Formats: sequence, C-alpha cells, structure tokens
Amino acid sequence: MADGLRGGQGPWQSTWRRLRRNRLAMVCLGFIVIVYTSGVFAPWIAPYSYTEQRLYEVKRPPTLAHPFGTDELGRDLFSRVVWGARSAAVVSLVSVGLATVFGVALGALAGYAGHWIEAVIMRATDILFAFPGTLLTLFVAATIKPSVLEWVRRLESLTGWKGLARSGLVDYMVVFGCLSIVAWPGMARLVRGQVLALRNEQFIEAASCLGASTGRIVLRHVLPNAMGPVIVAVSMGLGGAVLSESVLSYLGVGIQPPNASWGVMIWEGRDLWRTAPHLVFVPGAIIALIILSFALLGDSLNDALNPRLK
Amino acid sequence: MLPYIIRRLLWLPVVLLVVSLITFALGYYGPGDPIQVRLGPRSNPDAVARMRHELGLDRPFLVQYADYVWKAAQGDLGESIKYQGEPVVSLIGRRIWVSAQLGLAAMVIGLVLGLPLGFFAALRQGSWVDRVIVSSSLLFAAVPTFVSGPLFLWLFASRLHLLPSAGWGGLFDSRVILPSLVLGLGLVAGFARQTRASIIDVLSHEYVRTAWSKGLAPQNVFGRHVARNALIPILTLFGLMLGGLVEGAFITETVFGIPGIGRLGVDSLFARDYPVIMALTLIVAVSYILANLLVDLLYAVLDPRIRYG
Repeated sequence: MADGLRGGQGPWQSTWRRLRRNRLAMVCLGFIVIVYTSGVFAPWIAPYSYTEQRLYEVKRPPTLAHPFGTDELGRDLFSRVVWGARSAAVVSLVSVGLATVFGVALGALAGYAGHWIEAVIMRATDILFAFPGTLLTLFVAATIKPSVLEWVRRLESLTGWKGLARSGLVDYMVVFGCLSIVAWPGMARLVRGQVLALRNEQFIEAASCLGASTGRIVLRHVLPNAMGPVIVAVSMGLGGAVLSESVLSYLGVGIQPPNASWGVMIWEGRDLWRTAPHLVFVPGAIIALIILSFALLGDSLNDALNPRLK
Repeated sequence: MLPYIIRRLLWLPVVLLVVSLITFALGYYGPGDPIQVRLGPRSNPDAVARMRHELGLDRPFLVQYADYVWKAAQGDLGESIKYQGEPVVSLIGRRIWVSAQLGLAAMVIGLVLGLPLGFFAALRQGSWVDRVIVSSSLLFAAVPTFVSGPLFLWLFASRLHLLPSAGWGGLFDSRVILPSLVLGLGLVAGFARQTRASIIDVLSHEYVRTAWSKGLAPQNVFGRHVARNALIPILTLFGLMLGGLVEGAFITETVFGIPGIGRLGVDSLFARDYPVIMALTLIVAVSYILANLLVDLLYAVLDPRIRYG
C-alpha cells in the first residue's frame, strides 16, 4: 500500500493542504497556538509575577505598562491571563489526551471484541451519559479532592518530597481526572462506531486473509482509518475542556487561588462589574475566543478530512 | 410500541440504582469522615465511636447504601451540614420552584428565538442573513454564562439603566429578564443551528419536491412535510439541553443572586456540604434521565415511521 503513495501525497498531507487553504481555520489555529505557547512559556512572557500585588495601583484600566489593566489587588491582568493560559493549556491537553487514549482503546476493544466486553463498556458509557456532563464533573471534583490530597500527603511522607500537597498539583490532578472521566465515553462511542463500520470493509478482510493478527489489523488498518472523526472530536473536546476547567475553577473546585486560572479571575472580578468590568471581560473574551476557535477549527478539519462531502 | 415503552421503563430502575450507587460511593469514600467534620478534629475518640454508631456509619458500605436508597425512596435525602441538620429535601424543595421558573423562561426564549432564526437561515441558505445567523449563533454558543452574565449586567443595568440588576421576584417581574436571557442565549444558538441543519436536510428530500410539484401551498409544504420531519433532531436536542440548563443555572443564579437550586449547589460546593451536593446530583440526574426517556417516547408520536421493536 505504501508503494502507491510514495512520491505522491499521503492522506494526511492532502488534508493539511486543504485545511491550509481555509483562511478562517488558519486564523483560529494561529490564535490557539499563540495562546498555548504563551501559556507554556508563561515565566518568560509574563512581564510581572501572577501574585505580585501593587496596592496603590488597583483596578486600573488598560495602560501601556499594564496592557489589560490591573485587578482588585493591583496584580497585572496581562500576566495573570498568560499564567491562566498555562492552566488552560495544561489541563486541556492532559485531560483530552487521557480521555482520547482511554476512549480510543476502550472503543476499539468494544467494537472489535464484541460479546460481553462490548456490553460492559457500552453500558458504562450509557451510565456516564445519564448524568448531565458538567454536573458530574463538579460532583467528582468536589468529592475526590480530599482523597487525592490524602494520597499526595502519604506520598510526601513516604518519599520525603516537600511541598507537593501545597503546590497546587492536587488541584491539577483532580481536574485532569474528572474531565477525562466525563469525556472518554463520547470518544469510546465514536471509535466503536467507526470500528464497526470498518471491520466489514474489504481491505480488512484482505489483511486477515493474508494472515495478519488481530492486533496488527486493529492497530495498522482499522485505527488509522478511524482517526478522522477522532481528530475532529479532539479539536472540539479541547475547547470543551478549556471551558470546563474555567467553570470548575470559577466554582471553587478546580484550580485554587492564588494560582492563575481564567475561571478564578472571573470569579474574583464577578462583583466588580460596575467599577472594573475589564476584570471579567478580558479573561472572558479569551475563553470565548478559544472555544470559538476550536469549534471553527473542528468544523474545518471535518471538511478537510471529508472532501467528498462538500 | 408498547413493548418498547415497557422495556425502557423496566430498564429505568436499573439505571437509577447504578446512578445512585455512583453518587453514594463518591460521597461515601470521597470527602473524609463526616463525624470528624461535625465534632471537630480534637474530639474524644469515644464520642466519635458513639456518634458513628448512632448515625449507623459503622455498618458495611452496602447496608448503608441500601439504607440511603430506602430512605431516598421515601423522600429523605439526609441532612445538610451547613444548615445545621436541616433536611436536604426541604432545602431543595423551597428552591426548586424558582429554578424551574427560570429554566422555563430560558427555554421559552430559546425556542421562540431559536426555531424561527434557524428556519429563516435554512430558507436563505448561503445568503448574508444565513451567514449572520450562523456566525452569531456560533459566537453566542462560545460565550460562557459567567461571562455573559456580568456583561449583560454591565450593559443593561449599569450603562443603559434599562433593567434591574439582581434579585428574584417570580416569573412576572422585570428582574427575570436578564438571567433568563443569559441562560437562554446558549439555547437560542443551539436550537437555531439544529433547526437550520435539519430543515436543510429535509428540504433536499424527494417528498418535498413532490409536495411542491403537486401544487401545495407553501404553508402546507412547510407545516405538514418539512416541520414535522425536521422536528425529530430538534427534540433530541431539547432533551440534552435540559442538562445544560441545570449547569447554566448554577452560574446564572449565582451571578444574579437568585435563590434557586443552582445557587444552593454553588454554596454547598464552597461549604463542602456533601449531603446537599449528593442529593442535587441525584435529583438532577434522575430528572435528566426521565426527560430523555420522555423525548424518546415522543419520537414515536411525532413520526409514525419510528416503530420500536
């Protein structure tokens, strides 16, 4: 199969070529890349620390020194937005990554193994779908946190590492965990549907006639062909995870202050809309733009992956 | 049809049991010892053991779970920690009516604006009207309620002085307008997009062309053939949106100071009042399951072609 493609364009290159021609998708991708890289390089990009307070400069509107203004404690809003981007980027990449790995593995297993394995996995997704998503996330985040904290404390006393429990690591672990618990069933259903549709295709039959093992068929033939919808779902899921992280942090069960998160920033500015509306609008606009960008990028990816549909 | 309904209804208690087991297990293993919370960290070990026995918390997990379900079936969901032992059911009962009114107002806004907008966008597919409706619905769907809430307050209450800022006075009070708009905008966006997609899909079918070609009046083509067929996916969305409405209520009621179950949920989250959080999760999950079951059953009423075997 690879011989026929040598020198020509593989399916991924042609998808990328189609996507690149979509100017709106490129703008969205550019915005996402800028926000995520500035989050990753936050210590070098943010002009101030996210905790540095200047109590004689509180609730200032945007100026040259503070491009997004300052908050109610005189902290530089731009720096806090950049550090918040770090939380958003880490949380969305890790939790969507976990959900994708588990969802793809379990979905492929369900679709290929069938029988009781499929029944167990699919009933589990049914049960998780019975809860409204955000409510389940909130509930899990609120209840598992003490256990995770306890576990990290025990880890500290076992290993002698200091400051783990205080570093905010626990918050991140809780958020990763509950976002991926809520997100994997959607991925699993999607992949199972793809596998069921693909397993009766002729090229799968050909592979098994040539003596390929089940594992090889699933990994080399079924999954690569099922990846298109997964990529679209990942793009949509990343936007959803950014939103969920900020909702959790807003409601006090996600990233805790003084650590920076867009949700925390909006919570802290929520009662100041009369005097300092920028405290809510700056992080709010960034959240909205990120969600919008991921949604538009997902749509464009869908078009680029299925050129025949257009 | 009837066997399907019966099968779905028989499956319902199983789902409810598993859902309640998950909520109970998380509440049981998660948040630490409720006795320590009540008596404080330096309490006498004898007193702790006595209270644990009195409250039945020294029994095995499954016995306690069975007890929880048995009491829940009789309308007893435990007592709040924050409100000093007030029954959770009465706490929720006082507030759920407020949230229901707010949700109803938001749903009406979503349907009254969303369906016609999606309809017009579908009729003028590709025109500037379509593009404006599609892109603004994408934009509105992307703005979270905790941003649109303060934004609306700032715009309509602080800048334009058009509407009052916060509080609650029932469904026929001007203070309901802003929060239900905030809650409803996401629904408008969702309904508009789904209506547009399903009407465009239905319009491409042969039976619509047949209806036009046999000279039916437009109101008959749309009323009888298009609307009825386009309603099915919209109905699915309706069921799913009820879940989003609850999540929106958490934030909207907090932003606008409305005494509903969403506000209660947020207060309980901050106070780590687990019996209330557990009960709210359970109640919302159960209503969500029932609503989606109802939606599935309504399909068959709307579309005689759907026959569940």
